[in-house]
Amino acid sequence: MAVPLEREEWKAFSDFVALVSSGLCALVGLILAVAGKDPPMRFHGCLLLGAAGLAFLYILTQVIQRREPKTEAGYFDGVIRAGVIATVFWGIAGFLVGVIIAWQLAFPALNLDLPWTSYGRLRPLHTSAVIFAFGGNALIATSFYVVQRTSRAPLAGRWAPWFVFWGYQLFIVMAATGYLLGVTQSKEYAEPEWYVDVWLTIVWVVYFLVFVGTLAKRREPHIYVANWFYLAFIVTIAMLHIVNNLAVPVSVLGSKSYSVYSGVQDAMTQWWYGHNAVGFFLTAGFLGMMYYFVPKRAERPVYSYRLSVVHFWSLIFLYIWAGPHHLHYTALPQWAQTLGMTFSIILWMPSWGGMINGMMTLSGAWDKLRTDPVLRFLIVAVAFYGMATFEGPLMSIRAVNSLSHYTDWTIGHVHAGALGWVALITFGAVYCMVPWLWHRRALYSQRLVEWHFWISTLGILLYITAMWVSGILQGLMWRAYDSLGFLEYSFVETVAAMHPFYVIRALGGLLFTIGALFMVYNVWRTIRGDEPVDAAEQPRIAAAPELRPAAA
Amino acid sequence: MNWSKHQVLEKSSILLLVGILITVAIGGLVEIAPLFWLGSTIEKVSGIRPYSPLELAGRDIYIREGCYVCHSQMIRSLRDEVERYGHYSLAAESMYDHPFQWGSKRTGPDLARVGGKYSDEWHVAHMIDPRAIVPESIMPGYPFLARRTLDSSDIAERMETLRLEGVPYSDDMIANAKADLEAQVNPGAVSLKAFLARYPKAQVRSFDGDPSSGSELDALIAYLQMLGTLVDFATFDAAGPNLR
Repeated sequence: MAVPLEREEWKAFSDFVALVSSGLCALVGLILAVAGKDPPMRFHGCLLLGAAGLAFLYILTQVIQRREPKTEAGYFDGVIRAGVIATVFWGIAGFLVGVIIAWQLAFPALNLDLPWTSYGRLRPLHTSAVIFAFGGNALIATSFYVVQRTSRAPLAGRWAPWFVFWGYQLFIVMAATGYLLGVTQSKEYAEPEWYVDVWLTIVWVVYFLVFVGTLAKRREPHIYVANWFYLAFIVTIAMLHIVNNLAVPVSVLGSKSYSVYSGVQDAMTQWWYGHNAVGFFLTAGFLGMMYYFVPKRAERPVYSYRLSVVHFWSLIFLYIWAGPHHLHYTALPQWAQTLGMTFSIILWMPSWGGMINGMMTLSGAWDKLRTDPVLRFLIVAVAFYGMATFEGPLMSIRAVNSLSHYTDWTIGHVHAGALGWVALITFGAVYCMVPWLWHRRALYSQRLVEWHFWISTLGILLYITAMWVSGILQGLMWRAYDSLGFLEYSFVETVAAMHPFYVIRALGGLLFTIGALFMVYNVWRTIRGDEPVDAAEQPRIAAAPELRPAAA
Repeated sequence: MNWSKHQVLEKSSILLLVGILITVAIGGLVEIAPLFWLGSTIEKVSGIRPYSPLELAGRDIYIREGCYVCHSQMIRSLRDEVERYGHYSLAAESMYDHPFQWGSKRTGPDLARVGGKYSDEWHVAHMIDPRAIVPESIMPGYPFLARRTLDSSDIAERMETLRLEGVPYSDDMIANAKADLEAQVNPGAVSLKAFLARYPKAQVRSFDGDPSSGSELDALIAYLQMLGTLVDFATFDAAGPNLR
């Protein structure tokens, strides 16, 4: 009888910790709300006070009523359902801001000449919304899903998984509203100011503890390959985030800070961070997603165990070196540039190792690509991953980079990865998880998944081809000389030449967003429990595990 | 090769974690750490000084509005860039930039040496309505900068923070921060001699054409007009001790 008693003590202890920490957060929020030195700081203090206050009251009512946080079938799935909804919500928000700023570049009057709506403030809002809000929620939700299933253990922690979810949403809201109010430290993809960085660090450490705690409780002897990638993503992002964001605030009650690094060292640190936000957030994490959802959906084992071992270790070792290819021909010492280029080229191999391992998992099941659009999302994502990770090493070569750098080619490359790889594999995972998590027999409509797939893919193609043409065109115009040896074009002539491509790009982004709206409708109808319109056409794996017909 | 040995890592979350940490730490250590102690990383040049209080306030506005999103401040050592923008950028020129503003995209032109290229009047009109000056421009308008009074209440604290991080602001500079900021836009109010001794080559005038008060536009134009003007390239020797 000793064991249940210990369990009770453990529960009481975690309730206590949850109450004290949410109370402390509310207190810090109150101090910042009252004594903050600038309006954004006071506003963010109010947000923290509100969020932590609500959390405190909620936990208190649960403790008083002696209610258990809901778990079912042995798994902690409520937080994953919330994560899936957040992924879809922030995805649409991020895509919409992207479409708006794409039109701003084509028609500058859309900036409205107001501080809160100008391109300079909205662009970080777009990048953070799609990378951290859409991508981050997708990673947290799928990692929680995958680590439980592959470890056969519920998530560690009683309140911690919910703290990770809500804490992360608070981070997103503080970062996003901060950008609109002009609160930024101007380091790309790391724009949030010092206090928002501190908050993210706290959330991330708890995320790490929940993930590792779940691995430690596992009832499988082996840690599944998807979890290697998720773990590398969580640990490395913590390292990158903390080192790159070291800063001294002007006042502990004010929003402004100055980075501890300056000039060339800051540039190197920033792109060490920046390129590995790509390498670990947008690659390693999503490879974790690939290693679970592709074999699961295709009902085939991963193609090669050895390939996964080799490409895992080589990928995480090599990626971290690639940053200096963002700084070719700059004031960064040439030895660092050369190291960055060399490792970027070598990186092509492990990247394609991962692509091959994902794609070849379809061996013997290629026909499913024709009949299952969800699997097609997952596999076309891997194909885009292969394309983008070929293009990346190419662009890291100094001579190529002299043309591509500072142009839209880079923007096109990023979106081949972001729309083609990150977003498509996320859509595939969402379509897999929604019926599984909400215990449905199938998705509401597979035909709508087909529509989503083709509209979004067309949008991606318009986007990246427009950016290839505009990027290479502008790069060539900048370096064009006339017969007398003078520069042929003024800068603004090269800007004017971009206009048609900016319009095509905006249309591509719009198509991509419309495709995602099909997903919103489909997911909403599925969650609501509406009768699927084409359940018979969907594969048996589409249904929640307990509702699947026995295999023939 | 005996692949079963990898099981050691696969069966222990701690060993896997340690393995990952070691693997991902190496690249950054090798590429970043030496930049802090290799003397050749930053060239020895004369003329680089910390920003004057007004220039610093302007730089903070440049950061706040996200100008770095479309404008680089890094001229690469390529023939066409040097001919279009001027001498290629030196590491020394951004040594007091916390954080750096090299940028990554040129939706608009590079600004590393924009100082002195256009008149103040050009900048004022361009900031208020870019297309009034350059019809093909796609830059947002910033008319609100001219209307907003510059908030310089914590300028000394900002400079002190930067001093903590290694920017050589003297006690004298910090004590006079507020007065210097006002003096740079309102010549005649105080003695300029001491100010110019603290910040050589600083430009002193009403930048936005409205001498009645210091606006955010004053600060931003003061910053733009000093960009790239500090180093005298007639005396810079890229070969000698600065050979990298």
